[in-house]
Amino acid sequence: MLKDITIGKYVPARSPLHRLDPLVKIIFTAFYIAALFIINKPLPYAVFTAYTLIIMLISGIPVKMILKGARPMLWIFIFTAVFNVFMTTGETLWAFDIFSLSIKITREGVISGAVLTVRLFYLVIGTSLLTLTTSPLDLTDGIEKLLSPLQKIKVPSHEIAMMMTIAIRFIPTLSEETDKIMKAQTARGADFETGNIIRRAKAMLPLLVPLFISAFRRADDLAVAMESRCYSSGGKRTKMKECRFTSFDLRAVIIFAAATAALMTTQYML
Amino acid sequence: MIKTEKLCYSYEQDTPFERRALYDVDLEIRDGSITALIGHTGSGKSTLIQHFNGLLKPTSGKIIIDGDDITAPNADLKRIRRKVGLVFQYPEHQLFEETVYRDIAFGPKNMGLNKDEIDERVRKSAYLTGLDEKYLERSPFDLSGGQKRRAAIAGTLAMDPKVLILDEPTAGLDPKGGKDILSLIERLHTENKDMIIIFVSHSMEDVARIADRVVVMNEGRVETEGTTAQIFSNPNRLRGIGLDVPQVTLLADKLRSAGIGLPDDIYTVESAAREIAVRLGGDTHA
Repeated sequence: MLKDITIGKYVPARSPLHRLDPLVKIIFTAFYIAALFIINKPLPYAVFTAYTLIIMLISGIPVKMILKGARPMLWIFIFTAVFNVFMTTGETLWAFDIFSLSIKITREGVISGAVLTVRLFYLVIGTSLLTLTTSPLDLTDGIEKLLSPLQKIKVPSHEIAMMMTIAIRFIPTLSEETDKIMKAQTARGADFETGNIIRRAKAMLPLLVPLFISAFRRADDLAVAMESRCYSSGGKRTKMKECRFTSFDLRAVIIFAAATAALMTTQYML
Repeated sequence: MIKTEKLCYSYEQDTPFERRALYDVDLEIRDGSITALIGHTGSGKSTLIQHFNGLLKPTSGKIIIDGDDITAPNADLKRIRRKVGLVFQYPEHQLFEETVYRDIAFGPKNMGLNKDEIDERVRKSAYLTGLDEKYLERSPFDLSGGQKRRAAIAGTLAMDPKVLILDEPTAGLDPKGGKDILSLIERLHTENKDMIIIFVSHSMEDVARIADRVVVMNEGRVETEGTTAQIFSNPNRLRGIGLDVPQVTLLADKLRSAGIGLPDDIYTVESAAREIAVRLGGDTHA
């Protein structure tokens, strides 16, 4: 059950996207999302789609797998589209009555439904490309660097990154533990799959109590292990694998900046 | 009787992460036996036992328990799980109720028994596992390690299984706690002659002490199986796959090569002591 989640999963491969400095990648993703919400004309959308396709192709990850990451969002896409189509006022394309409710489908509704759905879809694709091509440790590294200027105003960027690293590190451990306890309780006749919502919620108790206890025990063990190795916050630490800004990253930044400029030209100049 | 036919299993089948865990496992485990399952880490022991109560479905092959094919698509898994009790590694980690009593009652309650039957089963399994009545109203989290484990085993026994499977029942306990669990298994065996007991162990001493049959697993296959004496009579084969024989068997081997005529089925300290005493006694009389 838990093994099927692909959001946030890292797929190791050798690709230009994997090689990119995580900090650069995070900033790219931010620009990608910003650009997605700025553009509102057909031509920029076409260019944006081309960019997305190119990034997907050079990511070294099977396109099917990237698209699979968007599948859990399917219902949200459908809701967004349906709500916009029916709820937007404007030039009527088609009107009909159901149960004395008059329903109008407008031109504006169809357009905004389509635009929002496409935006959401690209949003999911763009962010999942970030996590698919960046290992969790590199990602936290990037976030730490991103936040490090904030240290001047006493934002504990290192501690935030450490907390994220630990949280990410324990996801597989806890999902393994969940699987184990679930099996143990199933062996004692527990039923997690049938019944109404209240019954199912109650059935989760024999799973959640042991899971919480083990999570606290692990946290305790980890704290002791860290303290016994003299971990304290605020110390200057060096990294085993330092990410450096290379000429490769510089070239990527130039290409990305040029691409963004081209996109904005199609939005504002043409 | 438990029978497996050409049992195969792969984790995460049809994905790039597919790993084969079991290859063509053919086994027959008879009623009333205590079978030890040994093999190094990753040899497929835990995967195999999870098939016996339907927690895992084989990729191919069959498992037949008392004539019922539990791998059939219409198999009644709830009934199978009542019949086959599975005690996982570190079972104390699954305790969750407010009192020991209620935790042991979890299984019988899921079976839909009435209050009196549940009460009878809880008390009986607490007695069998050597848990004093006074612990029943305590929180399971206040017990010692060995007591917690016994409470967890009692939780499975309360379902009155015909087959009891224990995955490393003595792991992580102190020597006394470990001995208590082994005595508990022996007591269950004497009180219920038909019960099949299967246990996974890394301790050859434990295996020698209570098992009458041994199944040796290696890399997802059954390497060999037989009576405890047969298995321990071939130390080199066991060593070849990262296992060993009990230390006392090695001692008996050395004594034998030094010219002391000992029988070659010595694998518990008790039998060694008895045989050596006989030899010593014989000498003094001569």
